[in-house]
This record gives sequence, structure tokens and C-alpha cells, in this order.
Amino acid sequence: MLTATTMKQIYAIETFALTKRYGKILALDQLNLKIEPGEVFGLLGPNGAGKTTAISILCTVNSPTSGTALVNGFDIRKQAGKVRRSIGIVFQDPSIDDRLTGRENMMLHATLYDVPSSNAKKRIIELLNLVGLADRADSPMKTYSGGMRRRLELARGLLHSPEVLFLDEPTLGLDPQTRQHLWSYIEELAKQSNITVILTTHYMEEAERLCSRVGIIDSGRIKVVDTPANLIGALKGDVVTVVTSQPADFLARIKELNFAHNAEAVDSTIRLQLSDAEKKVPMIVELASANHIELKSVSIHKPTLNDVFLYYTGKEIRSEEAENKLRSTMRAIGRMR
Amino acid sequence: MSELRKIGALWHREVLRYWREKSRIISSLILPLLWLIVFGSGMRNVALPGVDNYQIFIFPGILGMTLLFTSVWSGVSIIWDREFGFLKEIMVAPVSRTSIVIGKALGSGTSALIQGFILLPLSFLIGIRLAPQSVLLLIPTMILLAIGLVCVGLLLASLMNSMEGFNFIMSLVIMPMFFTSGALFPISSAPGWLQIFSYFNPMTYGVDLLRWATTPGTATTLPVYTEALLLLGFAAAMIVACSYTFSIKK
Repeated sequence: MLTATTMKQIYAIETFALTKRYGKILALDQLNLKIEPGEVFGLLGPNGAGKTTAISILCTVNSPTSGTALVNGFDIRKQAGKVRRSIGIVFQDPSIDDRLTGRENMMLHATLYDVPSSNAKKRIIELLNLVGLADRADSPMKTYSGGMRRRLELARGLLHSPEVLFLDEPTLGLDPQTRQHLWSYIEELAKQSNITVILTTHYMEEAERLCSRVGIIDSGRIKVVDTPANLIGALKGDVVTVVTSQPADFLARIKELNFAHNAEAVDSTIRLQLSDAEKKVPMIVELASANHIELKSVSIHKPTLNDVFLYYTGKEIRSEEAENKLRSTMRAIGRMR
Repeated sequence: MSELRKIGALWHREVLRYWREKSRIISSLILPLLWLIVFGSGMRNVALPGVDNYQIFIFPGILGMTLLFTSVWSGVSIIWDREFGFLKEIMVAPVSRTSIVIGKALGSGTSALIQGFILLPLSFLIGIRLAPQSVLLLIPTMILLAIGLVCVGLLLASLMNSMEGFNFIMSLVIMPMFFTSGALFPISSAPGWLQIFSYFNPMTYGVDLLRWATTPGTATTLPVYTEALLLLGFAAAMIVACSYTFSIKK
């Protein structure tokens, strides 16, 4: 019954001017997105950009103020039941019963999603094997670590063989090692089946590694959608980061010279995009000393998805990891003067 | 058919949760025992109209109290489900809000019933000889009362944002329901203004029916069938009210 409808559809998810308003706040502003079947699509955005609102509307737990969307060809407004049956969700916050065992949580989910019980038993074992929890199936959830719970939720989200899987910040709050593990499970999953995965994340590294395409969202609007490689490639040259106590002054001077493709200041950091950065760093230093502007540090690095993100949102993503990466890569010149 | 399986699964989850908390089962038996043995024997010689043996008189009242506390608490405990996120898993599943409410009410009702059944053998301690037909009458009464009260808890939970409001509920809802139900004294001996509260309290009819079942021959406040219908109406109305509240709440 499901395949008959999916035959006709072209997109796994298609939104039509999806809008959500909370009082005066516009959480989603005419969102138009097309996600192809089999894609791993990343929805990136700063806190409060509307990522979770978008996901919760697509999962039919929240309703749009206007506009609509098709998920697996089903209208989220009129066919919520069919949408729900065809999607799997791993929420940002834990959503398991910690008094029950892993298997009991899975079994409950199977019943709620109409998976026949004989089928469910087999599938539960398969999935627990996939996420490496088979030996802990009958331990109560409260004995699981944070990473194990997350893996169980991932397995549970797949239990009813959904065509689209939503992962809302799947690795938030997990240690780097557990994050790596989870990433390989998701990669494995995307390779083995043609499931469509939509994930929101704060971690640019995560998006670069997992996503075939990413969409950057800010203030409820999609800014850009493309493959990570194309997005990074579109930023010409290198990125030079300058930390100074007079960012506004210095930014004005740099703009006068007109040698950067793009220049902007976030707090005390100025970010420049320029070609032949190695040759231009001395110019930047000279410019500062000529104007009696104190420089705290200057660094050059190849553009990353984080720079793409900053370019489109003008905001530093709140991720300690992305930030560390930025600071530590190619710190060319240390403290000046 | 599939909705029934889902209700069954939700029921099973509630019962498993209850059964795994052995310490809570035991600790919740202490309070009724204190009432029955300490309070009951202390008040032994107090003369109340129509009461021969005070301990026998309050036994059904204490049974009702246990159901009241356990059921309302189970209902309110949905706040934990909300806080720990499990509610989201149920709310996003393809299952109707009514089934969620019924599953929760039946599951919590079952826990309350188990609690009540653990108390029943104690009746022998204070000299009540329960006839088999008494037990047969007790069961449906306890089930209806428990279901209605779980829904009261669920409704209260929908008004609360956190467990912090629980003391407020305890002193503003649970205790008044207990004291005006005729659990501890016959309603007929209370002043008129208090009786008005009793007539609006569904617990009154629950306790009255429990008393009528445990000590055959006792007079009920209203005719037995009227009270049974009122209790049935209470349970049904509460389920409808809860389903409605759940379907408008996201």
C-alpha cells in the first residue's frame, strides 16, 4: 500500500512554503526544501534557527501555521498517521523508558508501529547487533551509558523499517569516541539501505563526514543547499582570521584596500576570505601597524564547512569542537608586537 | 484490533514499571497499616452513630485511600514521562490519544488494584470475614474507582509543569477528597455544609460501595445502583476528559 504511493513521488521530503509562527516570532519562514530518496541530508543552523521546529513539523508532532509538506508522498496536514508510520525519529533529548530493558523498549515500539511480533523479535536482534548492543538486550536501560542509550534509540528508530529517518542532533553531548562509533553506524546504514536520513547538527565535522547534501538555515529561512564539497569550493582562496581589540576600525581599513573576497567581524575576530593568503598576511600586519591597531593573532587555514556556515549566517556556531579546530589549524603568526 | 494491542502494550509497560519498584510497593503499604492499626485501635472506643467497630468501619475507607493515593500518584507520574522524554516516543507513534489515555489508566489502575489486593487479607486481622461474593463486588468497584482517579491525576498533570506542584495537589485535591469521602467517619454524622462536599466527591460513592461490599447489610448514602452508576459515570467522564485534553495538547 505504501509502495503504490511512493512510486509516484520524486522526493522523500518536499516542503511548500512551510511557515511556523510563535506569537511574533517567525520560527520558520516559507521553507522550501526538496530532499531526494536515499540522501543523507544535513540541516545546519545556529541555535534557534528553526531546525528542531522544522523536524517536529515534518514528524507531525507540531503543526505549521501555513504551508505544508509531503513526507514519503503523504501530506503532513492530512495524512499524519501515514507519515508517522513511514518515518523513524531519534530525538534530541532521550526518549526511552529507563525502567525497561533494551529489548522491552524495542518491543513496545514494535507494537506501537504495528510490526508483527514474530517479525519484530527477529528484527530487534538484527538491529541490536547492528548497533552493538545484542549482549545488553536484557539489561535495564538505567544501566546503559549515554552513548548506549543513543545507539538503542537509533536501533529503535529503524525498527519499523521507515523510509525516512530523522536524527535531531544525534551526537549531542556524547564523547568523541562514542560519536565516531555512531557515525560509522549511520554511514553503514546509509550504504546498506536506501533509507533517507535527515539530520540536524551543530558539528560541522559530522555534517562533512555524513551528509551528501547540507542546507544552511538561519532565522527560519534556508540560505543555501548544496554538497559540502561544492559549498566549501565556492569560498574562494583561504580564510584568514585576525583577532584584534579594534575590530570595527580594522575592518573598515581592510575594506578600503579591497583585496578580500569577503570580510566580516564577529566580536573581536575578523574573518577574511582571500586568494594567496600567505602573501597577503604581511600586508595585513603592516596595515595594522601603520594604523596603530593592535593585533592579537593572525591565522590562515583552508576553508571548512564552518567557514561556509559563518559566511551564510554570520554567526559562530556554538560548538566547542568546531571552534577548537578553527583555532588550532595553521596558526601561522602568533602574537604580534 | 491493532489499537487494542497498543493499549495492551502501554498497559504492560505501566505494570512492569510498577512491579520493578518493589520498595515503593512496600513503602506504600505502611501508611494504610498505620491508619488501620494505630489510628483504628486508638479510636476504638469513640462512639459514632451507626458504627459498632471502628476498625471494621474504616477498613473500606483505608482501602479507598490506598486506591486514591496510588491512582492519583500514577496519573501525575506522567510528568516523569514528560520530563524524561518517554512521552515523546508515545506521542509521535501512530496510536490514538484515547488509546494512550486508556493504556495509562488501565496500567495504573492495575497497579492500584494490586495494592488494594495486598491489603485485603489484612481484613482478617481486624476481624472481617470476607465472603467470596464480597470480593466479587469489591473488584469492579476498585477498578472503576482506580480508573477514574488515575484520570484525575492525568488531568492534574496536564496543568502542572513539574513535580514541584505535587504538594499543592496533595493538600488541595487528594486530602480533601479523602477527608470528605466518609472514609474515616459516617457522612451522616457530619454537618450539612460538609455533606455538600461529600455529595460532589466521587470518592464518597467509591468508599460507600467498598463498605457495602465488605460489611454486607450496611446502609449506603444513596441507593446502591445509583452509586454504582455514578461511579461508572465518573470513570467514563474522566476518560473522555483526559482523551480530549491529550488530543489538544501537543
